[in-house]
Amino acid sequence: MKILALDTTSGACSVALHCDGHTSEQFVRAERDHTRRILPMIDQVLGEAGVSLSQLDALAVGRGPGSFTGLRIAISCTQGLAFAADKPVLPVSSLAALAAGVRREQPHWDAAPIVAALDARMQQVYWGVYTADAPNASLWPEAVQDPQQMAQRLAQSSLPTPVYGAGAGWHYPELAQVPVAEVLVEAEIHARDIAELALPLWQSGAAVAAEDLEPLYLRDEVAWQKRQKIRSK
Amino acid sequence: MRVLGIETSCDETGVAIYDTGKGLLGHALFSQVDLHAEYGGVVPELASRDHVRKLLPLVREVMRRTDTHPRDLDGIAYTAGPGLVGALMVGACAGRALAYGWGLPAVAVHHMEGHLLAPMLEERPPSFPFVALLVSGGHTQLVDVRGLGDYRLMGESLDDAAGEAFDKAAKMLDLDYPGGPRLAALAEKGDPERFTFPRPMTDRPGLDFSFSGLKTYTLTTVRQYAQADGLPDEQTCADIAAAFQEAVVDTLVIKCRRAIRVSGHKTLVVAGGVSANKLLRTRLESRLREERAGVYYPRHEFCTDNGAMIAYAGCLRLQAGERSGLAVEVRPRWPMMELDGSLS
Repeated sequence: MKILALDTTSGACSVALHCDGHTSEQFVRAERDHTRRILPMIDQVLGEAGVSLSQLDALAVGRGPGSFTGLRIAISCTQGLAFAADKPVLPVSSLAALAAGVRREQPHWDAAPIVAALDARMQQVYWGVYTADAPNASLWPEAVQDPQQMAQRLAQSSLPTPVYGAGAGWHYPELAQVPVAEVLVEAEIHARDIAELALPLWQSGAAVAAEDLEPLYLRDEVAWQKRQKIRSK
Repeated sequence: MRVLGIETSCDETGVAIYDTGKGLLGHALFSQVDLHAEYGGVVPELASRDHVRKLLPLVREVMRRTDTHPRDLDGIAYTAGPGLVGALMVGACAGRALAYGWGLPAVAVHHMEGHLLAPMLEERPPSFPFVALLVSGGHTQLVDVRGLGDYRLMGESLDDAAGEAFDKAAKMLDLDYPGGPRLAALAEKGDPERFTFPRPMTDRPGLDFSFSGLKTYTLTTVRQYAQADGLPDEQTCADIAAAFQEAVVDTLVIKCRRAIRVSGHKTLVVAGGVSANKLLRTRLESRLREERAGVYYPRHEFCTDNGAMIAYAGCLRLQAGERSGLAVEVRPRWPMMELDGSLS
């Protein structure tokens, strides 16, 4: 099984190749440099493994939520590569990847639920809750909400303790009172976790054609002001 | 050489294939005009989102219609600027990745160079050197064109672009987006002599333009004749539209004539969205005949953004040996005069 995974949903830019049980990764904090970094990184990861695009089974990509412009970089690159090589694409939640990465790096968190939260700007967070059993699907729908709403939702939930937190969304002071065992605010999204999460998606037949690949923005109701006409004809 | 061109700099997704032996093989365009109309202008985020949806289906369609297999292609050209940053990134990243996937060379194209060269896709193409009037919603420039990439700025708008002024004046008259063509249509019903609007910067030497004063003058006139709902009666609206169009066209024609005299060239190329304006075409043709200069335009559908001009400009640059590496760079602001003229 060979999967090339890309992620540019946050300040980091990463590319990973899952190749028959082994995963290699390139990861940089790129800030506003993703377009310049991503294709050379892909070339390097494939080159070092001696794998060509045509040998891949599929591509995987962080499909959001995250920075609109940022996530479209990996989406557009994935579309180009997958279309050219005629390969299917596995869209992976960036929040699920964030949680999976922390679970990988923090073995003592074991199988506990992880609340992944990204800063959505405008005083809001993108967030979801992930367990070891169902690492791709949030326990309830991923949402963009005010931190207070997120805190309330968690207070009303009956998640088994302990619960852990991960991601930059946790920086909001409104979340300070949420009863979590530990929070890793600086946790980042890695393409290696996108690749790992893509494996069960591949098994469940969740692959899509390059043309049907769409980002998940979550925030679709931005206050774009509509035009007021004076005379309607 | 056969090149696939991709354009996503604003609100049109364009894809085309140009072949040096057979000319333009085919092109497809998806215009987002309807999407943005209810907002009264382009919403950049919505534009970017739509490019993601439309680009690959258009690539597939053009490849199928032109019976082009990836192995028939010799390169991919994509617009890298100027334009909306998020929109540019979609086409640039997808285009560069396609080229990498197919093992083809790629080249980043300057959107305005695409417009400038678009008349060369016509049966009777202009030849270098010439003066180019680039006139759109984002640009009003007179350029001395000596060859591919050899561009010298002769004059430009110091404030609003001509197309921008058209759109803003249209908004004052409560016309739907995109306002420019609607204002031109309304002007046809108007009396161009009822009002005389100023011709900015025509009474002094030089080739620069300014349209913001004309915009203010238009607004003042609209207010002066406004009824209870804030708009003049329909005929007055049409008369204002006619006076406005006359003033813009007259200004452009005066400067084009001057630019032809200064340059000594005998050819004027007009490109960009406003080059579709009928009055501008008629006036330029009659006034430049007096200078014994010929005027060239792209066909109507290539006045606005399209993939054909990008495929063509990219093809010339690839032929000249230019290549863009894997590090994709988009430039929302990118002066055309910075292009490398050593290729021509």
